[in-house]
Amino acid sequence: MSIAQDVSNQRSKPDNYLTHDRGFRSWALTLDHKRIGLLYMMFVLSAFLLGGTFAVLLRTSLLTPNHWMFPSDPAHDTQAKLFYNNMFSLHGAVMVFMFIIPAIPAILGNFMLPMMLGAKDVAFPRVNLLSFYIYMLGATFFSWVLIGGILRTAFNIHLPFGFGLDTGWTFYTPFSTSKAEDGMVAGVLGAFILGFSSILTGVNFIATIHTLRPRGMTWFRMPLFLWALYATSIIQILATPVLAITLLLLVAERLLHVGIFDSSLGGDPVLFQHFFWFYSHPAVYIMILPGMGVISEIISVHSRKHIFGYSFIALSSVALALLGFLVWGHHLFVAGQSNLADSIFSLLTFSVAIPSAVKVFNWLGTLYRGSIRFTPAMVFALGFILLFTVGGLTGLFLGALATDVPLHDTYFVIAHFHYVMVGSMVFAFLGGMYHWFPKMFGKMCNQNWGRAAAIMLFIGFNLTFFPQFVMGAHGAPRRWATYPAEFQPYHVMSTIGAYIMAISLITVALNWLAGLLWGRPAPANPWGGNSLEWHTPSPPPYDNFPTPPVVDDPYNLSAWEYDASIEGWVPRKTDPASATAPADRTRPVTH
Amino acid sequence: MSLASTENSTHSHGHGARHDPHLAHHFDTPEQQFTSAKLGMWVFLGTEILMFGGLFCVYSIYRHNHPLVFKFAAEAYLSVPLGVLNTIILITSSLTMAWGVRAAQLNQKKLLMTCLVLTLLGAAGFLVVKSIEYTKKWDEHVWVGRWNKYNADNNASYRVAPPAQPTTRSAAVIAPPPVSAGTGVADANAGTDVSQIKPRYDYPLSQSIQAPQAKETTSEKDSAQDPDVRYRQLSDSDQWRVNTFFSCYFLMTGLHGIHVVVGMGLITWILMRSLRNDFSSEYFTPVDLVGLYWHLVDLIWIFLFPLLYLIH
Repeated sequence: MSIAQDVSNQRSKPDNYLTHDRGFRSWALTLDHKRIGLLYMMFVLSAFLLGGTFAVLLRTSLLTPNHWMFPSDPAHDTQAKLFYNNMFSLHGAVMVFMFIIPAIPAILGNFMLPMMLGAKDVAFPRVNLLSFYIYMLGATFFSWVLIGGILRTAFNIHLPFGFGLDTGWTFYTPFSTSKAEDGMVAGVLGAFILGFSSILTGVNFIATIHTLRPRGMTWFRMPLFLWALYATSIIQILATPVLAITLLLLVAERLLHVGIFDSSLGGDPVLFQHFFWFYSHPAVYIMILPGMGVISEIISVHSRKHIFGYSFIALSSVALALLGFLVWGHHLFVAGQSNLADSIFSLLTFSVAIPSAVKVFNWLGTLYRGSIRFTPAMVFALGFILLFTVGGLTGLFLGALATDVPLHDTYFVIAHFHYVMVGSMVFAFLGGMYHWFPKMFGKMCNQNWGRAAAIMLFIGFNLTFFPQFVMGAHGAPRRWATYPAEFQPYHVMSTIGAYIMAISLITVALNWLAGLLWGRPAPANPWGGNSLEWHTPSPPPYDNFPTPPVVDDPYNLSAWEYDASIEGWVPRKTDPASATAPADRTRPVTH
Repeated sequence: MSLASTENSTHSHGHGARHDPHLAHHFDTPEQQFTSAKLGMWVFLGTEILMFGGLFCVYSIYRHNHPLVFKFAAEAYLSVPLGVLNTIILITSSLTMAWGVRAAQLNQKKLLMTCLVLTLLGAAGFLVVKSIEYTKKWDEHVWVGRWNKYNADNNASYRVAPPAQPTTRSAAVIAPPPVSAGTGVADANAGTDVSQIKPRYDYPLSQSIQAPQAKETTSEKDSAQDPDVRYRQLSDSDQWRVNTFFSCYFLMTGLHGIHVVVGMGLITWILMRSLRNDFSSEYFTPVDLVGLYWHLVDLIWIFLFPLLYLIH
């Protein structure tokens, strides 16, 4: 069959998308979605490094109750606290706007979406490239402002326009419009620019999924990763413009004193919170939905089992996207909303937990009686399921009115969102990278080191953030540079965990690098998946498919069998003489 | 089991289709490409609607809470005839734009270019009228934010100190009403006398609006038309919020104006491409998409105009 031929052709290194064209211009002006995915990868991972470095710095600063990194005389106290404020603002803003929101859609989505559709590219390749350059512009702008602030407050180094941001990534008024550092306007404009990258990616994905599906691939024959990306794109196009206008209003408030959010000019600061969270709550679903899509793919393939409850998972993605727009008020429970609004938002918040739970149960149903292989991707996916459950359940504590009041603005909130953003989303991202690494680069990573890194990250993560739940329940406030001495043991545990996380992530990076440089060549289908990206060599040729792939149920894993000689999977030869199809547990569910 | 073929076969249309210079390599037919482009454009227009929606939301909230402010400011400072003129200009430009798209579909290059030029003229006319309105507001000192005489930050005789009682629920949370000293009630905040908390703004009341008796000095009938007089007839908290109307006005019309300018740029680009014979009945996608954008710009104005100008 053609796939086997392609596999053997690989030994003689045919042309692929990496070798197709050479030179700086061929990358800088590429219209190939695969190359654009890799370009995004370089910058998004750099953003992760930047945000992560400041996370480690923050945790280091919190080792003692009194910002030991600065002398503790009163003159330095203000400077130390300003530095701390700049640090957590940078950490949050970089991680949210420059890492998490683009990560899976821009890297894995850009790479895999057209391939899973058997297509040659996304619907609008030039818009895709534009979207990348907008991201780069916004990211450069944003990080310049933020890093300038750090340099100024810590070392008195003044970069031009490097004014700093100390409001936290949430830019709450009236602080952000009156007393915040001068970097407010530039920083907010950076976030505004980044938002457009997100919007254009969403537009591209929606058009691609609608119009470039091949014949035979109905909506319910798409891989679940595409459902997840579609739901994410819906949120991106509906929510991000509201952020755009909110940030514009913030800039207008600060520069022109328009009086929309400033109460001394007739405005309402809580209105800002409503506007901001109207975007930022759906934004967290932009963050997690693609991750859930990746998990659906990994769990099925690496347990050799058809996904359980396909329609439920597909529709729950859409449900999350829609319901996610209705719950923003749960960030405003203590901001002075009416009791009626509080109750309604609380009820809706509880209902938005349901689609997530539906997914978790379906993944467990897929794992049950599957043939689980502990590949690094699978270890990350299993970690995801556990950590997402914890993160999601603790969200309910925050969604219930009575418990939210003492927990609001404490470390409990920080632990909750790190469980869903890091424990779930980052694990899903790393799992996805391990799952698709052979396809993207044509090399295999060392699986033992990958497993070790995953387990180490799991341990480090829990050590970092579980104590924060306890701290928060005891009342430790968030975003404080100093803290009462009674919390020090928790902070020390948390910091040690952070260092373990740093070591694990460095291990992952080295694992990938070693794989790129010295990994053995990857077969076309190392894991035995049936979605269309596995029907082409690794790495793919420039136009994705040397022979157009044939559409099938993407979870019909019995179509493949393992071939030890290439350490990969090849299409199972169907014997026309046999009367019955081979009996297997992976018989697809028909819809 | 039967497996559906994905071979979106190119033999279903003639050999010429694959040599179509406008057909991108990842699309199979020009129809697929056109459908995709239109869908993408509509989705993008959806994002524009959401963005303006935020501003409409701000408008709705403040208007609902302070209807008299909006009535006063619109009647005193907005010119309905100019607004009607702008509306007519923009709707006509939408007509010429749509006509231009039709011309492109029918291979009528001259008509297409004429329509595009007329649309551009309409857009320019709109901006001229807008600049007349903006200039008038500048002269009357009611520009946006810090250039507005009603803005509490300003050093004009129209400054008003904020009301003694907080007017919004959130303000009540931030600054609860002063507690009378000496009640002897012990609570967690004992020792904090909130009546002593100085507000951030502390302007002395100017002479002209210092006393409530300013409200009763409207002697002549026609002074009821004078904005200053009618301004003082508003309650204290409403006077404090006239600035908000102008913020809404300038933000909404300003953002709309920026979109008109962008639209002019796009139409000019289409005009230059049609000069180079880029469009035909086989390929007119950019004209169609720019037309859609222009219709949206027009639609937003059609909502802005009654909300801002025609209030009663």
